[in-house]
Amino acid sequence: MPAEFWYGVEVLLNGLMAGVMYSLVALGFVLIFKASGIFNYAQGVMALFAAQTLVGIQTGLVPFSHMINAMFGTKIHHFGWNVPTFAAILLTIGVMVLFAIIVEKLILKHLVNQEPIILFMATIGLAYFLEGFGDLMWGAEIKKLDVGIPQGGNVWVEESTAFLGGDDFYGFYLDTLDIYATVIAIVLVASLVLFSQYTKTGRALRAVADDHQAALSVGISLRTIWVIVWSIAGFVALVAGVMWGAKSGVQFSLSLIALKALPVLMLGGFTSIPGAIIGGLIIGVGEKMFEFLIGAPFLGGATENWFAYMLALIFLIFRPQGLFGEKIIERV
Amino acid sequence: MSAVTAEPYTTADGRKIGGVVMEMRHITLRFGGVTAIKDISFDIREGEVRAIIGPNGAGKSSMLNVINGFYHPQEGEVWFRGEKRGPMKPYQIARQGIARTFQNIALFKGMSTLDNIMTGRLIHMNTGMISQAIWKGKAEAEEIENRERVEKIIDFLEIQNIRKAPVGSLPYGLQKRVELGRALASDPELLLLDEPMAGMNVEEKEDMSRFILDVNDEFGTTIALIEHDMGVVMDISDRVVVMDYGAKIGDGTPDEVRQNQKVIDAYLGVSHD
Amino acid sequence: MIYREVGDFKTTYRDDGQTFPIHFDRMRYYVVLLVAFCVVPFIVNDYWTNAVLLPFLIYAIAAIGLNILTGYCGQVSLGTGGFMAVGAYACYKLMTSFPDLNIFFCVLLSGAITALVGMLFGLPSLRIKGFYLAVATLAAQFFLVWMFNKVSWFYNYSASGQINAPERTLLGYKITGAETSAPVTYLFCLVLVVILAIIARNLTRGHLGRSWMAIRDMDIAAEIIGVNPLKAKLTAFGISSFYIGVAGALLFSVYLGAVEVGEVFGIQKSFLVLFMIIIGGLGSIFGSFAGAAFMVLLPVLLKNVLVGMLGWPTDIATHLEFAIVGLLIVVFLILEPHGLAQLWRIIKEKLRLWPFPH
Repeated sequence: MPAEFWYGVEVLLNGLMAGVMYSLVALGFVLIFKASGIFNYAQGVMALFAAQTLVGIQTGLVPFSHMINAMFGTKIHHFGWNVPTFAAILLTIGVMVLFAIIVEKLILKHLVNQEPIILFMATIGLAYFLEGFGDLMWGAEIKKLDVGIPQGGNVWVEESTAFLGGDDFYGFYLDTLDIYATVIAIVLVASLVLFSQYTKTGRALRAVADDHQAALSVGISLRTIWVIVWSIAGFVALVAGVMWGAKSGVQFSLSLIALKALPVLMLGGFTSIPGAIIGGLIIGVGEKMFEFLIGAPFLGGATENWFAYMLALIFLIFRPQGLFGEKIIERV
Repeated sequence: MSAVTAEPYTTADGRKIGGVVMEMRHITLRFGGVTAIKDISFDIREGEVRAIIGPNGAGKSSMLNVINGFYHPQEGEVWFRGEKRGPMKPYQIARQGIARTFQNIALFKGMSTLDNIMTGRLIHMNTGMISQAIWKGKAEAEEIENRERVEKIIDFLEIQNIRKAPVGSLPYGLQKRVELGRALASDPELLLLDEPMAGMNVEEKEDMSRFILDVNDEFGTTIALIEHDMGVVMDISDRVVVMDYGAKIGDGTPDEVRQNQKVIDAYLGVSHD
Repeated sequence: MIYREVGDFKTTYRDDGQTFPIHFDRMRYYVVLLVAFCVVPFIVNDYWTNAVLLPFLIYAIAAIGLNILTGYCGQVSLGTGGFMAVGAYACYKLMTSFPDLNIFFCVLLSGAITALVGMLFGLPSLRIKGFYLAVATLAAQFFLVWMFNKVSWFYNYSASGQINAPERTLLGYKITGAETSAPVTYLFCLVLVVILAIIARNLTRGHLGRSWMAIRDMDIAAEIIGVNPLKAKLTAFGISSFYIGVAGALLFSVYLGAVEVGEVFGIQKSFLVLFMIIIGGLGSIFGSFAGAAFMVLLPVLLKNVLVGMLGWPTDIATHLEFAIVGLLIVVFLILEPHGLAQLWRIIKEKLRLWPFPH
């Protein structure tokens, strides 16, 4: 086997690992969509906000310090302590749950029965708000996020796979952080699936997804379910934000990476959990392979910016219901 | 089954019934494994009021959807004005002169009564985009010409006072009437009515029956309608098709249908062992 | 003159169908036009033109364009930034390839080119609906920006990757380039805005507009009453993109003068214009103006108050602006989904009955 082939395989592996992360974020979308019919555009910014909050708590930043300083001429920035990573993560989860409750109370409650597209636009507004709010609270500068996962090429993987190719192949270069992220994402995806299949809350969640009215009539509280799914989505956003944030710093572009989950959903269908998982893998592998084979050599690179969206667009033209969606029968 | 000849004739109340306008030949429609319509044939003659009745889930609405091209049957042929219909989109069929109303009101909620009925004239309006952009001249003239036609329908349906009201805020009965107006505005040759009286009280039903008969009488429009209320159907229609579980179990004048044993069974649920 | 329609009887359908049926509204419309054309050009200075008037006029065109697509035809697009970029780059290529071509036609042709691109990306709308389509338009947004970044032909192989508007004149007045004067650029944009707004009004009140609204309100019913969905959606995409392309061309050539595509025409621009029509009012030409004015004035106001008066850093003002705008969007969608235009209508309704509300 020539070295190019093995480098191709390396790209494939990297694509699969990115794909698992996409799947995870896509699951966050699917859960919210199934439970409330809302296509939550703010998911990306939620990831950014969660990562910002985590860094903020961890490094003891004073919330809204810039604003307070500007208002009162003070010069406060830090509390002067560092919170241990684990405690900071717990606190951040708390913040995301609080966020879910606020969203339910202030927004969802008032938008029940609106058209889906209005709800969608409301989440765009929410995304804008959260972006501004996050920057006001923690500052907009690029932050380094360190949760104790090592970074850089994984030596063990590289050495143990070097034998595969010839002399000009040095083994697979896989980032340790990516490997961790993949494992965590797989565990999370699996537990989310198990949660929705086998727990009482999960059953209620699926009941709501099937039929709001029927679920209400057997005594399931819609509003509780909404808070739960938005909390889960907040948690998923936190994981995604931490993984991507640790890699390239906590900054605005993080919210755009999370939006890659949108084409994943279009491929997989908005209501299908296996669809989200497989769609994520297809997008992850597809965009990495496209960049490797066509984008970088012929198109000047950076095709990852749009490939996923284009793929989804073209795919949808031929199969509007997505990979796993049922055929849409229109009624009058 | 049907005893009616193909010859034109005049009804007891003096309306002229002409030749066959629309003919369904051996229509079968399936959704996946479910057969909604099983090998049904019937015809609709010019100027008549034709009813399709049957219990819930008999396939009546599906039949209407086949007639106006929203569903495409797997088997069978649809003949309109003596020509076999090829694969056509619903909007092309509308342009051939088939209009309809819907069981669950399908008005354009963001528009006024007037605009809703004006949409019925869309198939008759065709000034180019440039004239539209300039407005003065051709486009305005066309608009006014069609507005006059629509105003006649508004007068006919006695809804002058809600002309500018947004349709979403109107009571149910009036919405049904506006929807009838929209269908009428296209000057259809064949008018399909999907449960025009569903959910109405007796008074509203009487009003609606009167409008349907007047449309048939004054404009000479052929009407095919689906209705649950047997009494109303028998009163206003010339011929009736009866469906049950996707199959045709009766076809003929109201009197003939009333005496059909299969029809009686289907409605009363009597079984013959 | 009291705001009344009583006694203002319409005896023809022509009178009944006019844009401002109430006498008072009609008069006010003429006064606004008169002030805009004959008073404003003599009193504007560079600051007001650049900070408020030009962006207002240009974004009003973009907002009308998006409103045609989203507000009238019901197709949500998140690709506005990308389509504005098409207008800007088309304008740049036209200006540099045909130096003798009048700037006025450059701008209009840029709109036409954008219309073609818009229709191309509008094709999927026949099969993809609702927010599936919204996400699909993101493909246009990201792809177009990437393309203008990577394909150096579009920026004439310049080292910086930027495009710069060369100087062009109209009737002897400098419209683009470094040495333009405020009243001239203002009037140039104003003329375009007024013409385009009147055309938009005409298109939306006729049968084309009705077929758009029918598709928006219930696409299946629209098709069954005889609206060709492909034609309705593609004309909406085309005309909408024409407006957006013209706005992009003006933004680049007249307003900014130099453009780096990722910075100016990123996804934020798509949202900016979308917010204008949500806040202003979906399906309203007046709303497009109101929304554009609001979204242009808000940052200016915040900046003047927070930075100018209170001495806050600029970036905090920007963050606060984001938070406020986001909040406003949500509030508007909850309280008044039809935006400022509807509020205006309600106020007028109240005024009509004043002082006897019952």
